[in-house]
Amino acid sequence: MFNFKGMAAAALAIALMSGSALADEWTKIRVGTEGAYKPFNYIDSDGKLQGFDVEIAQALCDEMKAECTFVAQDWDGIIPALLAKKYDVIIASMSITEERMKQVDFTDKYYNTPARFMAKKGGAITDTSPAGLKGKVLGAQSSTTHSSYLEDNYKDSEIKLYATQDEANADLAAGRVDAVLADSVVTLDWLGSDAGSCCEHIGENYNDEKWFGKGAGMAVRKEDTALKDKLNVALKAILENGKYKEINDKYFPFPVY
Amino acid sequence: MSDTTAGMIAARKPPPQARKRWGAARIAGVGLCAIWVVLGIALVASLFSGYDADVFNRYMPRMIEGLWVTAKLVVLSVSAGAVLALFVALARMSDNWIVSKLAFVYVYAFRGTPLLGQVFLLYYGAGQFVDYLEAAGVWWFFREAYNCVLLTFILNTAAYQAEIFKTSIESIPRGQWEAASSLGLHKAQTFWKIILPQALITALRPLGNEIILMVKSSAVASVVTVFDLMGATKLAFSRTYDFNVYMWAAIIYLMIVETLRRVWAVLERRLTRHLER
Amino acid sequence: MEVLSQLAWGANGWADELAAGTWLTVRLALATLPFGLAIGLLVALAKASGERSLEAAANIYTTIFRGLPELLTLFIVYYGGQMALQRLVGLFTDSYVEVNGFVAGMVALGLVFSAYASEVFASAFKGIPAGQGEAAKALGMNRWQAFRLVTLPQLIRLSIGGLSNLWLVLLKETSLVSVIALNDLLRMTNLAQGSTKQPLFFYSVALLIYLVLSLISSRGLGAIEDYVKRGEERRA
Repeated sequence: MFNFKGMAAAALAIALMSGSALADEWTKIRVGTEGAYKPFNYIDSDGKLQGFDVEIAQALCDEMKAECTFVAQDWDGIIPALLAKKYDVIIASMSITEERMKQVDFTDKYYNTPARFMAKKGGAITDTSPAGLKGKVLGAQSSTTHSSYLEDNYKDSEIKLYATQDEANADLAAGRVDAVLADSVVTLDWLGSDAGSCCEHIGENYNDEKWFGKGAGMAVRKEDTALKDKLNVALKAILENGKYKEINDKYFPFPVY
Repeated sequence: MSDTTAGMIAARKPPPQARKRWGAARIAGVGLCAIWVVLGIALVASLFSGYDADVFNRYMPRMIEGLWVTAKLVVLSVSAGAVLALFVALARMSDNWIVSKLAFVYVYAFRGTPLLGQVFLLYYGAGQFVDYLEAAGVWWFFREAYNCVLLTFILNTAAYQAEIFKTSIESIPRGQWEAASSLGLHKAQTFWKIILPQALITALRPLGNEIILMVKSSAVASVVTVFDLMGATKLAFSRTYDFNVYMWAAIIYLMIVETLRRVWAVLERRLTRHLER
Repeated sequence: MEVLSQLAWGANGWADELAAGTWLTVRLALATLPFGLAIGLLVALAKASGERSLEAAANIYTTIFRGLPELLTLFIVYYGGQMALQRLVGLFTDSYVEVNGFVAGMVALGLVFSAYASEVFASAFKGIPAGQGEAAKALGMNRWQAFRLVTLPQLIRLSIGGLSNLWLVLLKETSLVSVIALNDLLRMTNLAQGSTKQPLFFYSVALLIYLVLSLISSRGLGAIEDYVKRGEERRA
């Protein structure tokens, strides 16, 4: 019949584990990522996590001689789940912002790419200032720097927020939103695909530090300074020994650091 | 006869009423009530101590707007759904087997699959066929997430309401049809003037439940960018990580559902008082 | 059809992912069932106890979990439960508690299921004449024997119809866990359509799978219902 033993085990999966033994050494690290942010992190048709973030994380773990396991988590819940100790570090293209620093601590940046608007080809929209987009429908992924930027600055536009970047892209292609603000590199990948052939980047790059922060960092809980330091050391090491460049070149024809 | 009673044992007083003792049930009951009270106090305390005027002023108005969106969604979908449901119910009871089979498949498909999946199918499915929909001149409708959600809700609740109508129409004794026809009323007259009014009264209770279910399931609209009450709440949480916003939403939803339930119970009692014996 | 090839099994297609998602959906619903039934029965017993305080506590329970949207209950259990447990455990040790999505989903769905199930049980209790309890007592049975031998068999018969409906509702509500990134059928479908840009096709497949699950369930439940009601025919 059914696997009742497994079910009982699942029921008891509110598992109490002793964290202190691992915490000091950090030989076992659980990495949280999203899995819907191609090419930085995504799940392939084999159900496996792939992408720049994932490979960087793996390189860092190798550097630290730590055993890493990956946990996929929806974006809206990614910080609450870190605080609840579901994993120890978020490596998911998360921008280092003031707002988030209230909740978590960040390592140094591991890449920095600006945000840019996308719209349908054909030049219907050229002015991406708040005045130019007045009355338009704008999209972004929720809980991102992009959504905060839109909400705070584009008060005269209708703003739609999506659980994943994929969904925002799909609605741009369908014409449900007039423009989408997102990371310029992430969208480059999509714009190059069949589905994204409808659309193009418009306007300038956005990198105002108040909203977009200092680039993407790895988020850890405030008390885990030892882990943060270890990650920073390892990051420096892979930047110097060429491992970072190797991964960079695999994904992008230009440096993203 | 007095001598016979004299030989009898005098009637004893009834035993004193057993005093209510503190049995296991009462201890458990008082204990559980105490837990609820403590939880309630903890909730109020957390709402007060965690009160952040900034968060409140910024997001409460949005949540109230969201509440209005939720209310519109529910009222429109339940009423439009009721009209559609009536026809589906009639189709279900039709003598034409093709019509009744089609209606059955419709009802079965919508009741057998999750609402969330239906919303995704219609919303993203429509997004895939923009060109065709534009050619058909209906894209303006499917462009708005709100419309897509509303349409899904109407189709969904119509399937459930059709079953309610069917059951209650069938609960009216067949003799009434025969009586009406012997009085010279034709079928449509019989249905609208005699059967339906009675059926609606039997349908009142399940319809009330359906409205409450719709209030609750309308929360799934938030997954496709509609800022209903749930959507506004999720937005507030995603920016502030202040868990109290979910508590505010919970209190609002509970108040709505409880009020609806009570109002509906009063309404039902008034409308069915002639049936009481 | 080109789309159909995306349903291939293995690394290039999504069939194995959808199958894994379906399996998780079924497991989640099955794991929720005993938990929801047990609590539902306890709450119903409390409602039928005749003890006012116990009835009040039970009524608060059903009011809350029948009144909250399932999606909200899920969020509260998932985010709030994790925070609250963490704080609680933090008082004693520095170890951590992990509430995984499966358990959160099971608890949230179980709370809702039990609230509704308690109503089904409570009305079934009303269908059992009080005299039977007295008769059982007169026969020298203790309360547990009376419950097990007299009340329970009738309770099952009277509540099986209502519970069958609740099972079908539960099966559909498991889809809500997809929003907390638990890899159920709907979430796997989200991933598949996001990657292939074929939402219509993949969502249709998913809904069809749900429909088949419902169909199998109602067949199975119908057979169970016939079995537990086998005594009724004789009386008719």
